[in-house]
Amino acid sequence: MSNDGGEVVPSREEAGYDAATAPSGGFRKGSFGVTGSGDTSGFGGLVRVEPGGAVALHSTDRPFGGYFDEVTDALIEAVGQATYDAAVQRVLVDRGEITYFVAREHLLVLVQALRDDDALRFELCSSVSGVDYLDSGGPAATPDRPRLHVVYHLTSMTYRRRIRLEVAVTAEDAHVPSVVGIYPTADWHERETWDMFGIVFDGHPALTRILMPDDWDGHPQRKDYPLGGVPVEYHDATIPPPDTRRSYR
Amino acid sequence: MSTTYNPADPYAGSRETTEGRVYTVTGGDWDLTFADPHGEERLVVNMGPQHPSTHGVLRLILDLEGETVTKARVTIGYLHTGIEKNTEYRNWTQGTTFVTRMDYLAPLYNEAGYCMAVEKLLGVEIPQRAATIRVLVMEINRIASHLVGLATGGMELGALTAMTNGFREREMCLDLLEEITGLRMNHAYIRPGGLAQDLPEGAVESIREFLKIMPKRIADYHRMLTGQPIWQRRLKDVGYLDVTGCLALGVTGPILRAAGLPWDMRKTEPYLGYETYDFEVPTADTADAWGRYLVRMAEIGESLKLIEQALDRLEPGPVMVEDRKIAWPAQLSLGADGMGNSLDHVRHIMGQSMEALIHHFKLVTEGFRVPAGQVYVPIESPRGELGYHVVSDGSTRPWRVHVRDPSFVNLQATAAMSEGGMIADVIAAVASIDPVMGGVDR
Repeated sequence: MSNDGGEVVPSREEAGYDAATAPSGGFRKGSFGVTGSGDTSGFGGLVRVEPGGAVALHSTDRPFGGYFDEVTDALIEAVGQATYDAAVQRVLVDRGEITYFVAREHLLVLVQALRDDDALRFELCSSVSGVDYLDSGGPAATPDRPRLHVVYHLTSMTYRRRIRLEVAVTAEDAHVPSVVGIYPTADWHERETWDMFGIVFDGHPALTRILMPDDWDGHPQRKDYPLGGVPVEYHDATIPPPDTRRSYR
Repeated sequence: MSTTYNPADPYAGSRETTEGRVYTVTGGDWDLTFADPHGEERLVVNMGPQHPSTHGVLRLILDLEGETVTKARVTIGYLHTGIEKNTEYRNWTQGTTFVTRMDYLAPLYNEAGYCMAVEKLLGVEIPQRAATIRVLVMEINRIASHLVGLATGGMELGALTAMTNGFREREMCLDLLEEITGLRMNHAYIRPGGLAQDLPEGAVESIREFLKIMPKRIADYHRMLTGQPIWQRRLKDVGYLDVTGCLALGVTGPILRAAGLPWDMRKTEPYLGYETYDFEVPTADTADAWGRYLVRMAEIGESLKLIEQALDRLEPGPVMVEDRKIAWPAQLSLGADGMGNSLDHVRHIMGQSMEALIHHFKLVTEGFRVPAGQVYVPIESPRGELGYHVVSDGSTRPWRVHVRDPSFVNLQATAAMSEGGMIADVIAAVASIDPVMGGVDR
């Protein structure tokens, strides 16, 4: 395997990367974000394995600490252990925040319980947004590690708690059930996520573009969508647009 | 006019002359053109995006029957600038200058929310003085923002003096912020790890002067507006939205508090030491535009209290984290031609310390790395919950910055607030939401 500089670069496995045990699946090649720039510094050949975090593949073990255990127990009680096990693929506690990774088939059952159950009472859906994890060094775009994530931030004003739900889908089958029926505020959030990431929210009353013009092609916040911009010529040198410029990563 | 009605072209009849065909644009034939087959008085009015009463480039499409609004649809996106995407191509420190341009009436809140998210990802704690100054500048900013809400809202309702007075006092806030940060708006003053610089000499005195003047001006507002029958009638029972409606639509901030729920994250989920300050969360129980006006006015008073307390507890100390791998090395100072790089700092790195030069160079060109992970940091902006969902993949740039802007969410309530009411009340309802389109469209 060789990179742009013609140097020999070790493969993931040679660099000590093991998908099963790696905390994040984090893997990065080179010090700069762009390939093909004729990098002769040698840094292009660097291979780094990143520590875990948002994209960590492991699950946090109980007890989670804080109110997270109470929320999880109440959730299990509300939906039943079988549904919980099927719905929640893994739970991650990181930096004092809890994330439930949810299978999309069970999202609505879970969200309904989270809003309505007396012990949960997540009255407010603070935010719905998307993240595209395309070769982030995190879950790459493979079927078992889908690249498009929908992130829900729920707030319980009664108990003053916050949790995060995350649903991952592939770009080829980017369908997630809409939570507008449960949280009407998700209307514009989901439209924005459709607009920016091309994630289809099934059951949304009017899933149209919201920020981009109606006839726009593509979904701008996907990582493979170019930033735009043209090379600028200045003093006989050409400066490439920002996303193709050589830069630190 | 001898032109006959031409069914093929109802707008411009034509006749043949020796000079060729002559068209006569007539108009006035609406009865023929728009025969109303259903016997309805339905009229669709497009309002905006360029309209002095829509609080920015907001477009409203109103279905009217007479003067009653039967349907209100909101179209946004006219100010979309792709800030979230842009931050992914700049380093963590540069992100501040982008996010500050979102909600341009509350720039310091954007900066604070973003920086607190980055600091949570980094796991660093900022010095006490930096936290206190953040509270200080944010509360000055809250006053400025509420004053603009009052001023433009007043202007949209025809109260021009509210506009001129509101902008007069807001100017005082901006002067203070200019003195402290160097810029009137889009300050980039709050940075990951602390602040760009310490308070300049004389700033504390200027703020104290402001604290003396402001209570009198608030009393003037109450004299001018609160007791005034026209102002009351334009606002009372207009744009009604109760707590249930607010929560369903995700509405936070003064609108929620005016409906009676004292939800203010400075109290409920305190940050930057807000739990140690003495202040009240004003509420109203009217759930209408009038209540929102009263809540905002009361919040200006509470902000003054907070500013005074912050001034009292200012202790000398650093305003940036000690870690030189994170702390931005460019020290700024006020020169003859305005704010710029500190000459002392330039002398230091160019003439005295090679290590300082290396650090400066590495941080400015490469930036610092932020451990992989994601956080959601909500703060109480003048408009409600301003949430920063920031994802890092461990590199020198954000992987994703999503902003839960309160204006964006609150604006969804436009239809609920204005359908069934009069068209004139739509203006009052939208003004009471106080949306900032820079934040809505990002």
